[in-house]
Parts: sequence; C-alpha cells; structure tokens
Amino acid sequence: MEKILVLLHTESDGSICRGGLESLNASLSVKTQLAESELVIGIVGNNVKSAVSNIAGCGAKSFVAVEGEQFDQPRYCTDAIAIESIMKAVKPSIIIAPATIRWNRVVPGAAYRVGAAADTHITGVLIKDGVLKASRWYYRQRIEALIHRTQRPWVLLIDSGVFKPYSGVPADAQIEILNVETPETAVQTRVIGYREPPVGHQTIRPDAKLLFVAGAGWTKKQADGKVHIEEAEKLILDFLNLTRASLGSSKSLVDIGSEGQAVLSFLSHLNQIGQTGSTPRHPKGLATCCHGEEPHTVGWRFINERRAINLDPNCGWARGKADVLYVADAFAVMRKVNELFSGSIGKKR
Amino acid sequence: MSNGYQIIVCSGIVPDPLQTLEPVQTPTGPGLKNEMMLPAVLDTWASHALYEAAHLASKVVGSKVWLVSLAPKTKLQQVMMIVAQKAQFELVAVDCPSGGFSDPYESAVVLADTIKSISGLDFNRLFIFGGWESASRGAGVTLQIVGERLGIINQFQGVDEIKINDDGSFDVYERITEGKHQISQFSKLPAILGWATGNLPEPKNNPQIGMVNMRTIMPSIQRAKQVKLENKNLVFTSVQLPKQERTTRIVKDMPVEEIAREIVEWIKQ
Repeated sequence: MEKILVLLHTESDGSICRGGLESLNASLSVKTQLAESELVIGIVGNNVKSAVSNIAGCGAKSFVAVEGEQFDQPRYCTDAIAIESIMKAVKPSIIIAPATIRWNRVVPGAAYRVGAAADTHITGVLIKDGVLKASRWYYRQRIEALIHRTQRPWVLLIDSGVFKPYSGVPADAQIEILNVETPETAVQTRVIGYREPPVGHQTIRPDAKLLFVAGAGWTKKQADGKVHIEEAEKLILDFLNLTRASLGSSKSLVDIGSEGQAVLSFLSHLNQIGQTGSTPRHPKGLATCCHGEEPHTVGWRFINERRAINLDPNCGWARGKADVLYVADAFAVMRKVNELFSGSIGKKR
Repeated sequence: MSNGYQIIVCSGIVPDPLQTLEPVQTPTGPGLKNEMMLPAVLDTWASHALYEAAHLASKVVGSKVWLVSLAPKTKLQQVMMIVAQKAQFELVAVDCPSGGFSDPYESAVVLADTIKSISGLDFNRLFIFGGWESASRGAGVTLQIVGERLGIINQFQGVDEIKINDDGSFDVYERITEGKHQISQFSKLPAILGWATGNLPEPKNNPQIGMVNMRTIMPSIQRAKQVKLENKNLVFTSVQLPKQERTTRIVKDMPVEEIAREIVEWIKQ
C-alpha cells in the first residue's frame, strides 16, 4: 500500500498557487489508480488554515502543517526543516509536490535527510502494472524518458501546466500543526527584498498568451547595408505593448553584446530561451529573425502553435518545427502588424 | 593566514548543444549514440558559475578557485584545452561517466567526497558553486545533496548575482519569475550557490592563463580516480526522441500586408 503525501506551501497571501493545485490533482489521479493507497496533505507557510479550507474536500485522510512567520519566507534552511518534519511525521512512500521555484530549491535536499530520492521537472505520471512511473525530459527537452524508482520514499516534483488545477468547495478541516523548533543558525539567512526588472523591461511572462522570440537577425545589416537597431527596438517594444506578449530571445542575440556588436538594449539573459534559457509554455509563439536550433526546437518545445518570419526559405530550423514559415522581411511585417494592432485598439477606444 | 575565499566550482561536461542527440540502449543503461565521439563542452550553467567564481576571486586577495569535474578523462582533456584559457583555477578531476541518465544522488556523493578530500579547506571561507541545473539531466538536485552531505545549510539556487557588503555579509540575487530576483542576505560561510546565467559575459581566451592552468590540469587528469555510477535505484522504462516533426506551411511571395493581416488574425484567435 502506498501512502501519498502532497507537499504544498502557501503564498504570501495565504493561498495555494496554481502549480500546487495541479499537483494535488495529479496526486488524486495516482491515488485512484493505486489500490488501497491513502492521501495526506502536508503544508508549509503562514495562514495555513485559509489555504487548507480551499482543498478540504479533496478526499485527503488528514492535513499536517508547519506554520509560523519563520516559514513564510522562502529560505532553504527553514523550508528544509519544515519539509523534513512533515515527512518524518507522515512517513509517506510517495511524495508529490509542485515544481515551484521555492520547492525546486529545497525539496531534493530535504528529501535526502529522510533517505528519499527526488525527481524534478516531472511532466506526467502513470500507473503501469501497478507500478508508478513518471516522465521527464533530458538534455534540455531533447530526449524524453519514462522512469521509476524502487527506492521509497520517492519524491516527484511536477512541472506546472501538466495537470488541471484542483477546484473544490471550501470547507473546514482538522489540521495537525507540528511543533517545529528552528535553531538560530537556520534563520541567519534573511530574505531582505525583491528586485523588480527595470521599468519597461520585458521578460518571459508565464501568463502571456503569445511568446515573441527575437533572433539575432534584428541586429544584422539589412537590405540597405546598414544596421537598424533603433527601429528594431521600437518595432519589438511597440508590438509587446500592443499585444502584451512575452519576450524571449535566442542565446546568440543575448551573447553578441559581449562580443562588441550592436544589441537590443532591453534584452538580458532573463529573456533567453533554449539550451541555457527557459522553455516557456505559451499557447502561441512567433519567432522572428531566428536562425538557430535553440529557439525553434528547445526554446519552444512546449509552445502549441508556432509561426516564424524569416528571410531564408530553406531555414532548416523552422521547417518541421513551425506550423507556418513566412518568408519575408520581419521589419516590414512587424511594422504592418503594429499598424493593424494600433488601428484596432484605436477603433475600440 | 589568507582571508581570501575558497571557491569550489562543481561541473560535468555535456555534448556541444549543436550536436544531434540520439538515445541508445547500452549494457549499463540508456546513453547517447556515439557518445564518446560527440564534441563536448563544459556544462553550460557550470561555465557561468566558473566565470562568476573567477570574478569573485579576483576581487578578494588570497582567494582561490578549484574546478571539481566529474567526466570521462579523455573527453575532459579536450574540453580543458578551451576552458583553461577562460579563468584561473586548479582542476580536481574524477574519471566517471557524465551522461544525463546517471542518478544525481550518486554524482552528488562522489562530488561531496571529492570536495572533502581537498587539502587545506577552510569551511569559514568556503563557497561551493555550480550550475543550478545541468544541461544534461536538468534536475537541480546534485548541489542540494552535496550541501546536505557537507552540512551546508546556506543554499541558493538560480543565482544571478552576489554582492559583498561593507560589513562582510553577502547579498544573493536568486532568479524567481517574470524577471524578478529574490534578495537574501547571510553573513557566515560556507554557502552553496547554484548559478543561473549570472551577468558576466564569457571571458575571451587568454593563452597566458591557459599555460598556467595546464601545468596543474594535465597531472590532475592523469591521476584522476576512476569511479563507476551504477544507477542502483533508477529504472528507465523508455528513452526516446520526442515526435516533433510538424508540417510547415511555407509562405513565399505573399505581400507584407497580407502576411501582417494573417498574423494579426491568428494572434487574436
């Protein structure tokens, strides 16, 4: 019999993030398929009562929490203590948790303390012949594998966007609050604030419907033999402001700044997608002036509908990877696209 | 006694990102077709960690950087010809597989034991750097386990910047979402920093640094201890390339106005 622990944390407002609710749904699916298994919810943070009330009807056998101000901050030392305490109290064989930024940074380390193995970036779970198996990617989303472990406890950190979030009617639930001591050394690290990107800087925004990918072609010489950086910047920023799209870029475009070439001033490594960047999940993606593998394959592995604008009709990277390849000058196309968008916005007003 | 930092950078090697990768079954588990023939590079995020380590070391007199590498030594020698010219470090090589299908727990144990064996380590001056994930396994597990095995509880992942304050404390900028960074402050070493891309460009090749490094690199590679990774608890049911081929509609000779209209309609759908 497997004992499944769903490991969650609260947000600063006492809610559970979407990824947490998705991993709860994943756990419910596993529980249904594993005979005689039971489900326990473990939760870390502040104001856990409010968080638990929203998932109280999920069918969990019990709710266990580590609560307190010191557990509100995402901090390795205190998060590890909280997770270790919950795991020791519940003694689960399987732990399912959302791959949030907070949990990715601490759960494998905390799991090690109780002899558990952890696998991260899980993109699917299934039961085959009574055995729980998980799928994940290797080599930056280029190879897909189905794995399982004989070791218990086994922790699975589920990537967001894979399962639907759990939703249920709020209810009251009995919560067992664990009494956890935090030594002075555990709170010597303090979260002292957050740094926002500079005003006007565009980055990857997970909630955007469209990912706009800017390639190195924007900074190269155009048909008139000249580089048009300022115009490129204006066209891209106008498009982002008009569509609220998320901005990604290829590694080459981010790197060329260090090589002394002209660059788009608003791009940084935070925009980078592909091998050393992110692999964002947006419903649509539009790649412009990209000529490499990374933006077209790795960078938008999880983009559903993909289109590209490229002057090279034989661009092997776009062929077979994009749904539509427009062989055209991106400057001219985006200028017109912006005109059409600003026109339609003007009409609405 | 020196007051400089001791910075250990953990790294493996990975196939050059531009290479075609094809999974195959080997007697020891899944691997890559012609894996030993593929050109390799230092793991991409670990490279950033190395540049940041060299930068930090250059700011505090008496600091020293070690590069602890888990990789097959024949491949490592080839990779070091380039990496040695980027930053000054002392190589500590372990001859073992570096493929993405190995279990991070076993890699972490080897790394932690190797770090412990470095003579003259002072935990009060110690930073352990590495990539927050590898470009092969992409797990983000290894450094956490290294920290746990060495008893290091100041851990930070997805780091883009570290600042040294006037009072000797450190501000660490960890990447979160939407271009934001979480700023954490701590004052006592040791600490583990798993780097994202950081802010530094790739240093230009410096042959003089390369010559200095190579004096210690070759002996280190020659005496590298051989270690086997067994994947005792990890079972691969299937390993395959994703089905990614799409039928691409190539649109040539369409007026710009029409292309723009089509794109706008598609975005609005």
